[in-house]
Amino acid sequence: MTTDPVLAVDDLKMHYVTQAGVVRAVDGVSFSVERGQSLGLVGESGCGKSSIAMTLLKLLPDNARLVAGSIALNGIDLVPLSEDEMRPHRWDRISMVFQAAMNSLDPVYRVGDQIVEALEAHSSSAGRDAMERVRELFDLVSLDPSYILRYPHEYSGGMRQRAIIAMALACEPDIIIADEPTTALDVIVQDHILREMQTIQHSLEMSMIYISHDMAVIAEVCDVVGVMYAGKLVEFGPTADVYARPIHPYTRALMSAFPSVRGEKHELVTLPGEPPNLLDPPGGCAFNPRCAYATDECRTTAPPIVKRGDQWAACWNPSDE
Amino acid sequence: MSEATNNTQAIPAATSRLLLRAIDLSKRFPLSSGWWDRNPSFVHAVDGVSFDLMAGETLGIVGESGCGKTTTGRMLVRLAEPTEGQVLFENESGDLEDIAHLKGQPLKDFRRRAQMVFQDPYESMNPRRTIFDTVAEPLQVQKIGDHAERLERVSETLGLVGLTPPSSFLFRFPHELSGGQRQRVAIARALVMNPSFVVADEPTSMLDISIRTGIMQLMGELADRLGISYLYITHDLAVARYMCSRIAVMYLGKIVEMGETEEVLQNPVHPYTKALLSAVPVPDPEATRDPIDIKGSVSVPVDPLPRCRFYDRCPIADNFCRDNDHPPLQDKGSGRLAACYKA
Ligand SMILES: Nc1ncnc2c1ncn2[C@@H]1O[C@H](COP(=O)(O)OP(=O)(O)OP(=O)(O)O)[C@@H](O)[C@H]1O
Ligand SMILES: Nc1ncnc2c1ncn2[C@@H]1O[C@H](COP(=O)(O)OP(=O)(O)OP(=O)(O)O)[C@@H](O)[C@H]1O
Ligand SMILES: [Mg+2]
Ligand SMILES: [Mg+2]
Repeated sequence: MTTDPVLAVDDLKMHYVTQAGVVRAVDGVSFSVERGQSLGLVGESGCGKSSIAMTLLKLLPDNARLVAGSIALNGIDLVPLSEDEMRPHRWDRISMVFQAAMNSLDPVYRVGDQIVEALEAHSSSAGRDAMERVRELFDLVSLDPSYILRYPHEYSGGMRQRAIIAMALACEPDIIIADEPTTALDVIVQDHILREMQTIQHSLEMSMIYISHDMAVIAEVCDVVGVMYAGKLVEFGPTADVYARPIHPYTRALMSAFPSVRGEKHELVTLPGEPPNLLDPPGGCAFNPRCAYATDECRTTAPPIVKRGDQWAACWNPSDE
Repeated sequence: MSEATNNTQAIPAATSRLLLRAIDLSKRFPLSSGWWDRNPSFVHAVDGVSFDLMAGETLGIVGESGCGKTTTGRMLVRLAEPTEGQVLFENESGDLEDIAHLKGQPLKDFRRRAQMVFQDPYESMNPRRTIFDTVAEPLQVQKIGDHAERLERVSETLGLVGLTPPSSFLFRFPHELSGGQRQRVAIARALVMNPSFVVADEPTSMLDISIRTGIMQLMGELADRLGISYLYITHDLAVARYMCSRIAVMYLGKIVEMGETEEVLQNPVHPYTKALLSAVPVPDPEATRDPIDIKGSVSVPVDPLPRCRFYDRCPIADNFCRDNDHPPLQDKGSGRLAACYKA
């Protein structure tokens, strides 16, 4: 076995063309994910996390333009592939839990049948009884087996979310992208599912990209974490290091404001200023208008990469603790 | 029912005004396997839920996925009809009125004053309508303002929820927004009507801390300034801690614990609430948590047996809990209600 990454993304750029101009949703992003590793992606609402996910699966709307970069999945670049060539990779090798739970279930078919169909279309599990597999998957995501025969509208929000997690796991992919997969789950069910997913990850050496706003879940689930701001990665590194000693001022802001259920009830703070307009992002470092440490350089010139062990950040004035 | 009378004891300050009273609300969904099925089973989605909501108050609802939170919210704003029970809501002249009997102008008034922010922002928006049309729709329906006034009001509201600059969002379609941006459009649509009551079903689940805090502050300010009341459904107990004066914890269609937020969170009485709190993840990669004290796995309330709904999963249940009907919500001291024989 080599230690080649499962997924290597290099200088990826994906923009949306709109009447008002070009939205730079993914603007030069590079990272890689090792076999069996979990990468967390965090960042402000609208910074481009789902856009990265949809680009990796090449499930893009008509107004999207994959401008540059490469996406190597097991060494094969997905970018030049046609839709036909892409199909064998999707779900079998790279699968996804969509942020839009409802949109990914067909309202007119029973949920169990939809999963059976997915299994049969991608016959990595051929020979096994598909219905038996559906039962296994339902158990894994804490869904009562009686719901196999029900329609999506009979599910609660969190039940739908669990059904699409089951669907994404069905074909045992090499890498799964989970986009806010547990927003509609209570913490007990969430805990159960995350543990089950970690077990599968270890036994199958499955990799994962976990997109979430919940810094606590990322801390529990992810080996490495990438922090995004305005279409770019601004910090990346082992989760323990990034949480203990964040380099980028934006990362520090994310870490400091976390509300807790226990202990003293501290005042909640918001980042000053407004989220960046991706139609016309600020020059230099996009975070500069909201950054307490911003200097003239930050306003004019793209920031350099600062390294500290396996951790890096793009910043002119990195924290030096 | 005895539960209903017990519940109403939890009314906070005597000076505040009652806006809404839910009395013994139940919702059952038939689970028929076909026309030949003479004795269909029922999902007891909501089962005898009662509470009061004061003007300007935020009541949090937390609980297991599938326990009936959304269904409860939908009944309160008359988007679902209760199988049993009533919702009383303060009408324009200040009297409590059963919302099931509203029609004509009073129903229209109710539709304006009681809004819902839906859990799934992908499902609840017409993909062919722009953001402006989506947010302005209730204004249009209620014939409020002319086009220019609506444009101004919609822009202002988008700004309030952090969709800035509003001009760059007004004429986009829902699919051109991120998940969290849609969620804020849904909040804007509910708030644009200056409602008196909002059922907010997981309204900030897709928002980062900073924007979430901004929205929470906005909602809190509107509660203080305009007396808006919220039923705030959430899985995020930290959000509930900051938003809600009281919390109700639900399990399989029942309220199992209710009380002042800080009391419930720091000092839970019911074994389900305890388990829930112990499952909250901590934002520290080095930390470890104790195992969660709960048995078995998630069940569904299909034709439930006449025993405590939590019996199968409870770490402290005994034969008494098995052999008796679901326990009533009872005062366990200092206004805290819990439905447990052992607590
Ligand atoms: N089809 C589209 N056309 C134009 N703009 C789009 C389109 N889809 C998304 N956008 C914009 O691209 C940016 C990135 O969106 P994306 O969905 O990737 O954000 P996100 O990081 O996933 O946010 P969230 O946490 O809110 O889900 C947003 O500003 C959004 O408004
Ligand atoms: N239209 C329906 N037909 C049949 N059963 C339904 C219907 N709507 C909801 N249910 C069932 O009622 C129960 C309560 O659902 P509800 O959506 O109220 O849960 P919830 O507490 O909001 O859950 P979540 O946190 O997952 O959103 C669930 O068991 C669900 O399957
Ligand atoms: Mg997203
Ligand atoms: Mg719900």
